Amino acid sequence: MSYAKAQSKSTLWDWLTTVDHKKIGIMYLVAGAFFFALGGLEAILMRIQLMFPEFTFLPAQTFNELLTMHGTTMIFLAAMPLLFGLMNYIIPLQIGARDVAFPFLNSLGFWLFLFGGILLNISWFVGGAPDAGWTAYVPLSSESPGTGIDYYVLGLQVSGAGTLIGGINFLVTIINMRAPGMSMMRMPLFTWSSFVASILILFAFPALTIGLLLLMLERVFDATYFNVGMGGNVIIWQHLFWIFGHPEVYILILPAFGIFSEVIPTFAKKRLFGYSAMVFATLIIGFLGFMVWAHHMFTVGMGPVANSIFAVATMAIAVPTGIKIFNWLLTLWGGRIRFTTANLFALAFIPSFVMGGVTGVMLATSAANYQFHDTYFVVAHFHYVIIGGVVLGLFAGAYYWWPRIFGYKLDEKLGKIFFWLFLIGFHLTFFVQHFLGLIGMPRRVASYLDGQGLNAMNLISTIGAFLMAVAFIIFVVSIFTSRNNKVTEEDPWGDGRTLEWTIPTPTPEYNFAQTPLVRDVDALWYEKYEGDGKMKAAEPLGDIHMPNGSILPIVISLGLFIASFGFIYHHAGFTWLAVVGLAITFGAMFVRSIKEDHGYHIPVDEITNNKGGE
Amino acid sequence: MADHTIDHNTLPPNPEKATLEGRNKFMGFWFFLGGETVLFASLFGTYLGLRGGTVDGPGPSELFHLPFVFLMTMILLTSSLTSVFAIISMKRGNYKGLLAWMTVTVLLGVAFLGLEIYEFVEYVDHGLGFTTSAFGSAFYTLVGTHGAHVAFGIAWITTLIIRYRKSGLTLTNAPKFYTAVLYWHFIDVVWVFIFSIVYLMGIGG
Ligand code: HEM
Ligand SMILES: [Cu+2]
Repeated sequence: MSYAKAQSKSTLWDWLTTVDHKKIGIMYLVAGAFFFALGGLEAILMRIQLMFPEFTFLPAQTFNELLTMHGTTMIFLAAMPLLFGLMNYIIPLQIGARDVAFPFLNSLGFWLFLFGGILLNISWFVGGAPDAGWTAYVPLSSESPGTGIDYYVLGLQVSGAGTLIGGINFLVTIINMRAPGMSMMRMPLFTWSSFVASILILFAFPALTIGLLLLMLERVFDATYFNVGMGGNVIIWQHLFWIFGHPEVYILILPAFGIFSEVIPTFAKKRLFGYSAMVFATLIIGFLGFMVWAHHMFTVGMGPVANSIFAVATMAIAVPTGIKIFNWLLTLWGGRIRFTTANLFALAFIPSFVMGGVTGVMLATSAANYQFHDTYFVVAHFHYVIIGGVVLGLFAGAYYWWPRIFGYKLDEKLGKIFFWLFLIGFHLTFFVQHFLGLIGMPRRVASYLDGQGLNAMNLISTIGAFLMAVAFIIFVVSIFTSRNNKVTEEDPWGDGRTLEWTIPTPTPEYNFAQTPLVRDVDALWYEKYEGDGKMKAAEPLGDIHMPNGSILPIVISLGLFIASFGFIYHHAGFTWLAVVGLAITFGAMFVRSIKEDHGYHIPVDEITNNKGGE
Repeated sequence: MADHTIDHNTLPPNPEKATLEGRNKFMGFWFFLGGETVLFASLFGTYLGLRGGTVDGPGPSELFHLPFVFLMTMILLTSSLTSVFAIISMKRGNYKGLLAWMTVTVLLGVAFLGLEIYEFVEYVDHGLGFTTSAFGSAFYTLVGTHGAHVAFGIAWITTLIIRYRKSGLTLTNAPKFYTAVLYWHFIDVVWVFIFSIVYLMGIGG
């Protein structure tokens, strides 16, 4: 077989050293799913504590740690990696490429993320997790005793570096590696929205890098940026955090928008309505995403002028978002709609997300924000957009691309049970939180008093959370019970429009035996209706060049992992660990830079064999 | 396929962009510099927010010695120029010239770094430590991050020079030299901003 080389070593070694975007994508999905379950567990524990007034299920300190870790885990270690998993697997296939632009860096990005995530979670076992919220506002975070915040800072720093590398890799892949004929305006929407999300990553993450660096220097090396008595300023952190943080929420939602733009047309048996409007709306959202960060800071006293400007800019985002919503609706209009699980998630997304958008505009009204801010109303808002948008998108994408990635279809019957339980659970949990917020329940509190009208809604909310948990367990079960629904055809949904549905299942390691020639948007759809249903090839069959695997990405990441302990335990005299770790990292980078590696070739007869057997 | 030494006759006009790998590297590096720009912008913003926070410690106008910083600036600007000469040599297929000019660039970089370390030692002697005040912390973080970039650039270019001292120009190493020079220019541009925003504004008000 084609990987004669790799097979001489063990499967484990093969996965540890792989630079194949498909395997890296799968590793992102597995790791992301693990962290998703972990973050979910943290949420359930919090909801149990809030089930009854003055309940004593958890101590307040533990509650704060769960709260911080839930948010941090879900954003950085679950949602983003799960999206990265789909992006890694699908983007090269959608643009007709054999791999990404930087296979080595791609693998490095994954391992940095994983080591960062592990680092963050080690805090649980060594003196307590971070406890200042996922936003880690100073001085709460800079003064927080113990090492929890240090784990937060270094864990996010390491995994953030991985995200940045991943973003650059996607950008260059999409610009340079497209198949002949695929101009930018013929790219599938998932690729487009991932492209814009990657731009946001590139320009947003460095602000977080600096914020985290400052916080580390403040805590570990006694710098005084945030120490007002020493001339410092605590608002700087908020600016840095939200200059990153607001684009971050669009980094999450844009790829999810892209998923819906693939799923809805496929199951409406139509092409996407308003392709170019969709592209431009995505670009505008990306641009405006950088202009609105201070809507998280209306109440810190920026003054009425700044508040008004940021309020108006924020509301403006509703316009391109609305354009997208109408395009999806018009795609459905007159379509032959199939209610597959993937499509159910997409259909449920539309009203759920609109509700989150509406509360967003309410929050953006800066005067009213004084009432909403830091209450459960905000919690309801961002869960409506993140679960109602990103998570539903991830599930839609999982059901849609599962046969492409894993070679079998997930069971539709269990899928529908999962869908309905999850959707009902979600609305049950978060709908009432709007009202909890409006009647004054602050967010991030470990308990509340009896007799304030908060009891019933909190109980309902907790019940909803349990429904979501049960639903997720059903999903996990169905992953294992569906394994026999094997798929062998190239286009298992029958109405695929894009290039990922033109290649054999399971996907060959070189993706395309011959690079396809793209003649229109929705390349496959075009060939189905204007051609003979098969892609034209843009090149003759020939040997295929493949990059070699490498263990160095793990070594580089491990070095930073070790170095992080040196920083965290600097005061305990472990600074030498930082030196050792950094030496490992830079040593491995040095080896990488002086060792030229030109990859290997898969001979043409192996490819024709594989084609014959499809 | 990529590793043939290029002789002058077959040298493509832009060896650094002649292969897909080269083009990817080139473009990826530009994106990376875009990210670095935000990184430094964040540090500049922080510095501007904190430069008045001197509390009891010394402030900019008591510390900065403009002629000295001007010398550093000139050295770094010159090193950018010599790195341009290196690329011109590369495009002419003059590999020896490339290596020689890169070496000069590194030496100037080392001189700059030496002066910067000397400068920091002076400031500490005058009572501005890293933890003295928010101004001190912000100043050392911004200028020090730049210095760390210079140090990294020196290590990187030195590695390239030693690794490829005998190989001649290839389609593999041309993009490497090219991106290293791009990085070096970037560091230089950042320094121009540091010179204006930290030093000139520090003295002029
Ligand atoms: C029409 C679009 C949107 C508008 C107008 C909007 C507006 C706002 C405003 C003004 C706040 C600050 C509330 C406060 O703390 O007082 C906020 C918070 C938040 N939004 Fe949105 N938003 C929108 C879409 C989204 C999307 C798409 C996401 C994520 C996918 C999102 C995620 C969040 C998060 C996570 C927070 C809370 C952060 C925190 O304090 O922990 N928003 N939003
Ligand atoms: Cu925001």
